[in-house]
Amino acid sequence: MSANRPLLAAEARLASAPGGSPSQAFLRRFRRHPLAVVSLLVLLLLAAASAAVPLVEQALGVTAEQIDLLARAAPPSAAHPLGTDELGRDLLLRLLHGGRVSLGVGLAAALVAASIGTGVGLVAGYLGRRVDALLMRLADSVIALPLLPLLIVLAAVDLTKLGVPAELAGSGQADLWRIVLLVALVGWTTTARLVRGTVLSLKAREYVRAAEALGAGPARILWRHILPNALSPVIVATTLSVGNVILIESVLSFLGFGIQPPLPSWGNMLTGAQETLWSAPMLAIWPGLAIFVTVIAANFLGDGLQDALDPRTDRR
Amino acid sequence: MTAFLLRRLLESLLVLFVMSFVVYGLIGLMPGDPIDLMITSDPNLTQQDVARLKALYGLDRPLLERYWNWLTAILGGDLGYSRLFARPVEAILLPRLANTLLLMGLAFAAAALIALPAAMLAARRPGGPADGAINLAAFAGISMPPFWLAILLIVLFAVTLGWLPAGGMGEGGLASTARHLALPVLALTLASVGGHLRYLRASLIEALRADYIRTARAKGLSESQVVWRHALRNALIPYVTILALDFGTLFSGALVTETIFGWLGMGKTIYDAILGNDYNLALVGLLLATATVLLANLLADLAYAWLDPRVSYR
Repeated sequence: MSANRPLLAAEARLASAPGGSPSQAFLRRFRRHPLAVVSLLVLLLLAAASAAVPLVEQALGVTAEQIDLLARAAPPSAAHPLGTDELGRDLLLRLLHGGRVSLGVGLAAALVAASIGTGVGLVAGYLGRRVDALLMRLADSVIALPLLPLLIVLAAVDLTKLGVPAELAGSGQADLWRIVLLVALVGWTTTARLVRGTVLSLKAREYVRAAEALGAGPARILWRHILPNALSPVIVATTLSVGNVILIESVLSFLGFGIQPPLPSWGNMLTGAQETLWSAPMLAIWPGLAIFVTVIAANFLGDGLQDALDPRTDRR
Repeated sequence: MTAFLLRRLLESLLVLFVMSFVVYGLIGLMPGDPIDLMITSDPNLTQQDVARLKALYGLDRPLLERYWNWLTAILGGDLGYSRLFARPVEAILLPRLANTLLLMGLAFAAAALIALPAAMLAARRPGGPADGAINLAAFAGISMPPFWLAILLIVLFAVTLGWLPAGGMGEGGLASTARHLALPVLALTLASVGGHLRYLRASLIEALRADYIRTARAKGLSESQVVWRHALRNALIPYVTILALDFGTLFSGALVTETIFGWLGMGKTIYDAILGNDYNLALVGLLLATATVLLANLLADLAYAWLDPRVSYR
């Protein structure tokens, strides 16, 4: 019993420190970043609005696919709160549908990229030596490449020539998954570097040494002891990469190599708007604004989380 | 030093070699290869004709053998023809590489010239109002979709004000070229200045915390001497390195800018080549772009050694 005393005392000191439990301390530090709090609310609002698009369609009495050639590029009205696009489709509904695609693809690709990056970072950091050198040179090479032209080539590959059945390759689902995989393929490097750095410092800790002494294998040590303690950089890198991923997806869709019309995404809505720039410049404003707001919110949120998840920032 | 550079050179060549194989393989998987096009243009072609044509062009050989033949031809100086332009590939790519380098160089210089005073102002009082505003602007810059920015500039300067052309190369001559370059350079500058600001501000703040700054202040140097002669020179080292490593990102930004403004650079050429099924042009263009980016990274290593004599090379 008495052996536990110092530990209990340390815990009591932690508990009486300003803010109490770690989650309370996290919340307090997070609230010190008003921009991050606002960003979180904005992202939640955007996600909720995109999810509620069937309700909006009901309320307005039109669907996003409904073409009205008599009301092309119409100004805002009661029936169309943001006006209509170059084919007379309701702009607000198209934006919300595009939000579903862009946010969904952004989140999915960021998660896949973070998983790859975490895996690579854990292995490189823990195994070290040759494996580490090889994986980090690989990450460096990927960072150094001119990625956009490479992504365009990858996106132009004909899936049927890889043996994918034609009906599957031509479906919209395949487009979505292809873009998620492509973006993840180039987006894992930042997470990998961050995780590797964290692992390098964690693997010298006593509790990892103790687990090794007890005979735990590398897989168990990485999964049970290192990964839970390396989650902070993973969360931060994932949040920051959501913004980056949405940017890449929108550029590819804008250039015609991402999400294909008629499925709207914020990127390909701007392709249509570029052609009517002289007659209806307002069409180019909204989709771009949606991308900009989402990306900057993700960046602010990531920045705030970085501070809030780091206990050392409390001592300032 | 020489050994270090030699090793980096070999590594770059290895990356280029791997890239060439990967891209060569990918290009073969594109829709609409020459045989596909012949089939669609002539419905009377039989299966035997297709096989004969493939044998004629060597397309029935295994991938590795085709790659090897292509590679030896390339290294022998034969870059092949562009189907889209019906001219040798190098005759199209070299002038366009020059156009891209002009666009990228001007945008890079402009971004650095904006970032330098702004970052110095921000770093003077980290957390102060000026720093807050500049940080906000940097965040806005890195979050801005580059193609949207370009479109907004067209709406403002070409559609609404009518001051500048919305795209194209101009009719030759310095004034016309400058007028047509203005918007693309502005778009690419604004798209990259956020990154410049963030890197330079961070490394300046780091440098201003160092002990030698306290020493410089203690011996009575003026604030401008402290910032210019001591902090900035040290802050430039990580800044230059990061920026040179970011050359690939700048090239990606240039591709978007060139496509929107119709500026005939490398990025637009690769984009048009892929859209127009001109795969030889796309392949060589992509590899030339990769080689340029890798060369910039090598130069960054050189600059690093030149700026920082403390760096040791194993």
